[in-house]
Amino acid sequence: MQTLTNRAKPVDRRPMTFMEKMYIPAIAKGMGITLKHLFQRKATVSFPEKKRQFSAVFRGLHVLNRDEEGRERCTACGLCAVACPAEAITMEAAERKPGEEHLYREEKYAARYEINMLRCIFCGFCEEACPKDAVYMSETFAPAMYERKGFIYGKQDLLIPNPKTSSGK
Amino acid sequence: MTLLSIDWFFLIEKILLISGVLVLSLVVAMYSTWGERKVAAWIQDRLGPNRAGPMGLLQPLADGGKLFFKEEIIPTNSNRFLFILGPSIAMLVACMTSAVIPWADTITIAGRQISLQVADVNIGILFIFGVVSMGVYGIMIGGWASNNKFSLLASVRAASQIISYELPMGLALIALLMLTGTLSLKEIVEQQRAGLWNVVYQPLGFLIFLICAFAECNRTPFDLPEAENELNGGYHLEYSSMKLGFFLFAEYINMFISSALMATLYFGGYAYPWMDKLGLSENMLALTGFLALFIKTLFFIFFFMWVRWTIPRFRYDQLMRLGWRVLIPLALANMLITGAVELLRHH
Repeated sequence: MQTLTNRAKPVDRRPMTFMEKMYIPAIAKGMGITLKHLFQRKATVSFPEKKRQFSAVFRGLHVLNRDEEGRERCTACGLCAVACPAEAITMEAAERKPGEEHLYREEKYAARYEINMLRCIFCGFCEEACPKDAVYMSETFAPAMYERKGFIYGKQDLLIPNPKTSSGK
Repeated sequence: MTLLSIDWFFLIEKILLISGVLVLSLVVAMYSTWGERKVAAWIQDRLGPNRAGPMGLLQPLADGGKLFFKEEIIPTNSNRFLFILGPSIAMLVACMTSAVIPWADTITIAGRQISLQVADVNIGILFIFGVVSMGVYGIMIGGWASNNKFSLLASVRAASQIISYELPMGLALIALLMLTGTLSLKEIVEQQRAGLWNVVYQPLGFLIFLICAFAECNRTPFDLPEAENELNGGYHLEYSSMKLGFFLFAEYINMFISSALMATLYFGGYAYPWMDKLGLSENMLALTGFLALFIKTLFFIFFFMWVRWTIPRFRYDQLMRLGWRVLIPLALANMLITGAVELLRHH
């Protein structure tokens, strides 16, 4: 029969020689291999103390961005919520009042913005969909929690610190 | 001090020695569990337990504490008395063997000669054989009393395995006895101290003894009685809490004792090369001798673990074939050759 690849190796079905039947050389060889591994570099990363470098395109927890003057960029257009395949994002829009121009960049803003991190699959579609550069995915991942409700991240969890008010951070 | 015709110092000395040996075997067994996990991890390129205490050294305490606080379950349809008797026998028998092992030469404290051996009986090896073969009762009773087919299968496996491997073990030892001409472990060690270690004269006998020791301790590659993935854990399947702990612990004590025994019978026990030329005092000699024995024992414990994480388990028919058709003829041949050589030497 014609083989599809040249990787196939015929099985050696010759009866075992006396040396092979003794097993001792084979066992000694195997023990040599395990002894070598005893002193090899370990693959374990001691996690909380040592952290592995994330890849450049790692998609972690979301952040809501601000512009250079510390105003929220999000205009609650809902494109991220539409793009989200897991339907993890909900929001409520509100109109900017006079005198709130230093808080929100445009006339409309998100009064409520929630991402359910249990539903989120970290695909990054929201980041791609956002026309205002408001949603970004950071290099942290969701911590362990005892209750489900802790995983619903609101605006206070997502917004990055205001560069104007919390300068120096 | 002799009162009521009892030598009280002798009594105190023996009680202290027994407690010491018991504590030693328990501590070594405890840290064998830690060592086992470390060796397993290192061989598999992992780090092993390292969270409880420095290098995970408190891990055995955490494990023990956990086992103590676990819920104790005795199956409804089990034989309650025998169910409790099983692990008790396993533990008792495991601790008993250490009585005849000479841990070091005699020491002198306040003019008294104290032998660091609980009992220098002239049937030392026979005693060990008798006690070790009782160990299978613990497994058998525990497995049968559980009223579970897997436990029963495992204990039947254990019984036939231990009986099968006791034969070549005994035959290997007979060759050794022909060589030394004594059953007392102390005398065997003293002979090795004066001459060469027995492994030089009995390499094949040692190999057979080693393989049989693996089988007697139910260690991989002969761990069929507790094959996790075939019998859901084997004879201790229905056990929980500290009764399970006793079964597991007995295995580690057995490992320690058989390592000490191998070191004593074939590797000079507490004797080490040139020990009599160093000019040490008697007590120092005993101390260094004890350390030598301890290091040898630890090496064999490591060897047990090393083999466990290298070789996969035998199939049951392979196990039986190895025992009856390979080891027993080999042991018989070894015995015949040793006998012939001894006969020629003495004539």
